[in-house]
Amino acid sequence: MNHSLVNWFKFASPASFYPLAGRLIPYFATVAVALLAAGLWIGLLVAPTDAQQGEGYRIIFVHVPVSWMSMFIYCVMAFWAALGLSFNTRLSGMMTSALAPTGALFAFLSLWTGALWGKPMWGAWWVWDARLTSQLILFFLYLGFIALQAAIDDPRRADKAGAILALVGVINVPIIYFSVQWWNTLHQGASVSMTKAPSMAHTMLLGMLLMALAFWAYTIAVALMRVRCIILERELTSEWVKKNAME
Amino acid sequence: MIRLLAPFRQSVWRDLLLAARHKTEIITALFFFVIVVNLLPLGIGPDPDLLRKIAPGALWIGALLATLLGLQRLFAPDHADGTLEQMALSPQSFTLLVAGKIVAHWLVAGLPVVLIAPLLGVQFDLSGRSLFILTLSLLLGTPILSLIGAVGAALTLGVRGGGALLSLLILPLYIPALIFGAGAVEADLAGIGPDGHLSLLAALLVVSTFFAPWVATVALRVALE
Repeated sequence: MNHSLVNWFKFASPASFYPLAGRLIPYFATVAVALLAAGLWIGLLVAPTDAQQGEGYRIIFVHVPVSWMSMFIYCVMAFWAALGLSFNTRLSGMMTSALAPTGALFAFLSLWTGALWGKPMWGAWWVWDARLTSQLILFFLYLGFIALQAAIDDPRRADKAGAILALVGVINVPIIYFSVQWWNTLHQGASVSMTKAPSMAHTMLLGMLLMALAFWAYTIAVALMRVRCIILERELTSEWVKKNAME
Repeated sequence: MIRLLAPFRQSVWRDLLLAARHKTEIITALFFFVIVVNLLPLGIGPDPDLLRKIAPGALWIGALLATLLGLQRLFAPDHADGTLEQMALSPQSFTLLVAGKIVAHWLVAGLPVVLIAPLLGVQFDLSGRSLFILTLSLLLGTPILSLIGAVGAALTLGVRGGGALLSLLILPLYIPALIFGAGAVEADLAGIGPDGHLSLLAALLVVSTFFAPWVATVALRVALE
């Protein structure tokens, strides 16, 4: 986000990051809308109908990108958490808590769209597949993080406790994923395999990539908006807020 | 070596002594475990084939809940009367003191569950071999529950609605232990043998023994700031 010529640490201060975030939001929002329109156009109108799944498969243009994003956002949160714990920067904690609701939203959307896709394709809203189960657990991890931060009144302590939880969570995510996968193979053998997807047409792949980039830009825009709110909430008593931000 | 471990030993001894003075807490947690496990057949039905199938999962979930019950009191009383701050300020390693508290928690909350598990297993009509594997998996697994739980207890120390929040934070992290623990018996019945599951459980135990006391200490220092 920073220029290489700019002092990297300058924007670690909420006072100088606040206006920068404000200037960046419109760009990311525009990019998100444009990519979303292009991705939906390709996904819904251009991409060919799937030979086996018919038109119903088109939900993957939302489902796959939101699933990617839900996992990716947790990693980004862990990155900010580690940065915040090691350098004791206030902005990192704010970024972590600004990202969490979007991550939880994407995890929920991934489960919801997966259920909508699963009913016509598998004949069930929910199966105890390894991916579904670990996605559900990821959703729980997001909820735990949000609940922990909401329960602590002191913002600095909330940031640090949340950072520790995010790091513990990110170590556990692969362990949980593999344990669920082994549990699944032991329990039900080869029932539904999501990995044997037929080789995808190029337009489908392009549509999914555009949608993923659109959600990416959306996440950045929304996280920046949220971080601006958090900065204002916490710095309400400071001089620069009174001078610059309140007008 | 012995001198290095002295604070650890004293911390274990102190918490055991405190627990011995409040025996009802141990007994309550243990009976909670017994009752939860016994409620399951009442809810599901007395079919022995079904019960034999759900026994490992039922006992493991009972153990998870019983561990959670005592976790809230792992650091809270010491925090309330200021002992915890003295521990953090003492020249002894705080991590060792915390590790001692975790071990004491396992001895008080985990070990009784392991010891009574075979008895409950008999109620579920498990065979001798399955009983042995189940008890072994609990013996390896309940320390993991205390270790990971200590991190959650430290994070939620003195926080509003600590108990419910603790379960929300910790239960998802218990899933691997639950899967490998309850899976050991099932793998044995399926003819794969329990070794793989028990080895993975032991690996989880080693990893959490290494990291959890340290992470819990960091979280406690955040809470004490």
